[in-house]
Amino acid sequence: MTPVLFWALKAALFLLAVAMLCALARLLIGPAAQDRIMALDCLYINGMLMMLVLGINYASAVYFEAAMLIALFGFVGTTALAKFLLRGEVIE
Amino acid sequence: MSDDFIIGPLPLWAELITAVLVMVGAAFTAIGSFGLVRLPTFYRRIHAPTLGATVGVWSMMLATITYFSVQGNSLFLHAVLISLFVALTAPIGTIFLMRAALFRTRGGPGPDAPAAAPPPSGDAQEPQSPQPPR
Repeated sequence: MTPVLFWALKAALFLLAVAMLCALARLLIGPAAQDRIMALDCLYINGMLMMLVLGINYASAVYFEAAMLIALFGFVGTTALAKFLLRGEVIE
Repeated sequence: MSDDFIIGPLPLWAELITAVLVMVGAAFTAIGSFGLVRLPTFYRRIHAPTLGATVGVWSMMLATITYFSVQGNSLFLHAVLISLFVALTAPIGTIFLMRAALFRTRGGPGPDAPAAAPPPSGDAQEPQSPQPPR
């Protein structure tokens, strides 16, 4: 692995970590529930991208299943929470 | 066949393409997530993560396809599944969230909501829907 790709992968991991921290901050300080759900969705996407970068970093294709599962659970979680927001206030 | 895939370092062009694509994807994702913190209202913030869900995911997919195709000496298309899945599901989740947010501020779209779209101009009158708009 040339130093260019090595440092590019490290910088990409750093940028994705910063992105995850930003999403986590919005998840913690979000004023409404929909802000927190949106931040959780963004956090899932960032974690999935980090899995892909780690797969390139270790030259292993095993990480794709993990990324696929993270994308799947992210979508299920976002949809379920949004539907909960919609229906929870219907009952009220 | 152990000759089929490369154990050592890859050719330089493949590593350069992979590096550039990975950096572009990570930078766009970071910008989108930073917009999630920076933008003031929910209706503006909901645009920001789509940057990572489109350009970030697609360029990262191209990077993994390049790297593993050159490494394995065969076309590696598993990552296309992830990109197609995200491209299908991210708008659905965004639409659900948008409807939930508009629903929660019922009784007026709220001070943060964008202004309603202007009515379509033209002579054709739209037929009145039987149900009142929500």
